[in-house]
Amino acid sequence: MSLPKPLMRGLLGKRLRFHLPIAFGLSLVAAIAFKYGVTEPRKKAYADFYKQYDAVKEFNAMKEAGVFESVQPSGE
Amino acid sequence: MKENEWGRLANKMLQLIAGRVSSLVARRATLALTTSSARMASHAPDPEVTEAVDMSRPMYWDRLDTPLPDKLYKDELSAAEKSLKEKEKGPWSQLTNEEKIALYRLSFHQTYAEMNQPKSEWKTVVGGIFFFVGFTALVVWWQRVYVYPPRPRTFDDEWQAKQLQRMLDMRINPIEGFSSKWDYEKGQWK
Repeated sequence: MSLPKPLMRGLLGKRLRFHLPIAFGLSLVAAIAFKYGVTEPRKKAYADFYKQYDAVKEFNAMKEAGVFESVQPSGE
Repeated sequence: MKENEWGRLANKMLQLIAGRVSSLVARRATLALTTSSARMASHAPDPEVTEAVDMSRPMYWDRLDTPLPDKLYKDELSAAEKSLKEKEKGPWSQLTNEEKIALYRLSFHQTYAEMNQPKSEWKTVVGGIFFFVGFTALVVWWQRVYVYPPRPRTFDDEWQAKQLQRMLDMRINPIEGFSSKWDYEKGQWK
């Protein structure tokens, strides 16, 4: 019946000292993964799209398809 | 029209089923109720349900999250039990093991081990859940036939095809989304 006295203090501090660095590390990893997995490819996709983009040609194609209200297709 | 025929058929089926099975369902329901109440009675008899209990006074419960209920289990002690309680006031090392157990049983109805005994109540619960889900399905079916308005024309295949074509014409999400998957030169999906 003589057990050692259990730890009574510093329990939260011990838990934080263990978990906070891991939490910060994982969050950093998540942010870096998102940056290089999502945002950089997306920026590149937009840049590549607009490199070869001819706005007038696209407008004329849409006009012929008849999606505008202010301009009619050239036939009518 | 297709919907009216389905409606009449469904109605007839419901009437037939209701007529044949209503007696069975009533018998099964009462059977379930009687067995569950018989099961409750054959458990340790609960002093709370046999007579009207005064809920303004402290009550005794066997609950996992309440290790020390508001009052002891046994209120009226016999003479032998009273003398045992007197002995409890002295040093406990002088109590035999049987006396200790007897004192426990005076204060408590079931041990935690007894409280945690697995019961078959879940089968009734799950069965009841399935039964009422099934009944709800019948209700929903009736609603589908008698309550729902006619189907919107936007669900037709032809309308959906025209909708897709219009989305492509408008260049919806041309960079990473919808129209980016369509090859405008060849007129087909990439």
